[in-house]
Amino acid sequence: MKILVALKRVADPDNANKVKIPASGDKVETAGLEWKLNPFDDYALEAALRLTENGKNPKARVGEVVVVTLGPKECETQLRSALATGADRAIRVEATDEALDGRLVAHALRAIVAEEKPDLVVMGKQAVDGDNNQVGQALAELLDWPMATFAATIEEEAAGSVLVGREVDGGVCTLRLKPPAVITVDLRIVAPASVYSKHTDKAHKYADGVRFAALPAIMAAKKKPLAVKTLAEVTGGATPTASYAKFELPPARKAGIKVKDVAELVQRLATEAKVL
Amino acid sequence: MADILVVAELAEGKVKKATLSAITFAKQCQPALGGGFSVLLIGAGAKAAAAEVAGYGAAQILVCDDASLANYVAEQYAPTVAEAARGFGLVVATATSFGKDLLPRVAARLDAAFAGDCSGVSGASGKLVFKRPMYAGNAFGYATLSTAIQCATARQSEFAPAEPSGGSSPVKELAKVAPGAAASRVEFVSLEQVKSERPELTEAGVVVAGGRALKGRFSEVMEPFAEAFGAALGASRAACDAGYAPGDYQVGQTGKIVAPSLYIAIGISGAIQHVAGMKGSKTIVAINKDAEAPIFQIADYGLVADLFQAVPELTAAVKAHKAAG
Repeated sequence: MKILVALKRVADPDNANKVKIPASGDKVETAGLEWKLNPFDDYALEAALRLTENGKNPKARVGEVVVVTLGPKECETQLRSALATGADRAIRVEATDEALDGRLVAHALRAIVAEEKPDLVVMGKQAVDGDNNQVGQALAELLDWPMATFAATIEEEAAGSVLVGREVDGGVCTLRLKPPAVITVDLRIVAPASVYSKHTDKAHKYADGVRFAALPAIMAAKKKPLAVKTLAEVTGGATPTASYAKFELPPARKAGIKVKDVAELVQRLATEAKVL
Repeated sequence: MADILVVAELAEGKVKKATLSAITFAKQCQPALGGGFSVLLIGAGAKAAAAEVAGYGAAQILVCDDASLANYVAEQYAPTVAEAARGFGLVVATATSFGKDLLPRVAARLDAAFAGDCSGVSGASGKLVFKRPMYAGNAFGYATLSTAIQCATARQSEFAPAEPSGGSSPVKELAKVAPGAAASRVEFVSLEQVKSERPELTEAGVVVAGGRALKGRFSEVMEPFAEAFGAALGASRAACDAGYAPGDYQVGQTGKIVAPSLYIAIGISGAIQHVAGMKGSKTIVAINKDAEAPIFQIADYGLVADLFQAVPELTAAVKAHKAAG
């Protein structure tokens, strides 16, 4: 199986230095923030690696994982780390975040898919900066491919189809897709028994979470192929159709009071907040 | 002047309450666009459900009722929704898992720009400005879209359900549009709904949520607690990540967004991405043994205590309070 994983680097939203907005309000100041791989994309990479191996022998790829990102040269840090954890090749499309929106990214990925012809495109359900949750769905439509969003489980079946359990409101919706297809992943996809390639025994349990690269793999990743493309090559010169004129910080919520015990809490909830 | 199409969500032949939030969103978009709105009901049994939304002031109720639409699959729905959207300036839905899955696919089909999970809208003379929570809840962005048709989803907790305004909108039936190749390669297998006596997270008046501190005792401690309050049960991302709670319990920017009248956070530190999913709650209570936990900065009532003692105690106290009436 060949899998294309779309990655995005984001300003770490959990970082202690919170997002700042300059007085002009026309942008989000991300200088000084720590960059990291969008967590959902990190999970997508882990899912792709699990789908292209026998879980008992994770060092040998059965298939190919190609990672792609759109961004400035610094994004190669995230691509190299993806190569170190097991991806085979990387592609970077030279662009700045300001020159992109979700629609353009979907169009760019369509062009990459046309060239790479993967069996699956796997990516996070959303990037935790733009938080739009749209690229996977849009890409699937542009390609006229089936999709499964918010995947919590993926199982490759003997016949080549994939069975995907999706986290939906109030439960799990299971779809069977015949590749090529697009899958966007939710956070449970990296649980120990979430993803099985047809080579991996169903009794196998993965370590919880994503894998980390060993030092020799980090060194070896420096020699793995990393191709660079221009944005015009993959979008034909199209321009963004979504723009942000203004940003603002959410209003702060004031801290209330500390109660001394459960009895006081119940009394205040009943008489003061009137919610009991 | 442009009209708005509201895509309704059906479950077992009934219009889901979430749809009424999309109608409210559409009504807030109306002044800037200067047109009216229509509602699209798509799914098996849609025709019978039309009466449920006929009294909200829609210009038309568009109905596509087809047996092949019994189970929601985006590839089956999107072509019909996109076809119905032609002639409209804006297509909206509520950002439930249905709306989040379907609308971006519809937008791509229409070559429309998309704004997801909007918490507000403003604008004038044909131009809309969508207010969107971004950066894991650290910032709001104000987005404008420049395509001829636009698509947007509304964050349910930010738009109160529309109230009926009387009248009876005319119903127009639409034929299903034949789906593309994608639909032939996807098969709906099952929808396993978690059977619960508790209310739905996004619609509950009271939500109690547990964090990683509960460890493997999440159910043992939280379930009786939720029951005592008649509350929905939620969890932090850390608790879901660690497998202590099911994934669909997750409250936060990347999970469920809730705004109940009472939210009780148990053993939750208060990471910004969690707070983004619950700070619209009217009253927030936090119980945590770490007095420095960030959750106390936003809680109306904080109790610094060992949750394994305080929660059972509070469960009993609330039961007694309710019994005393």
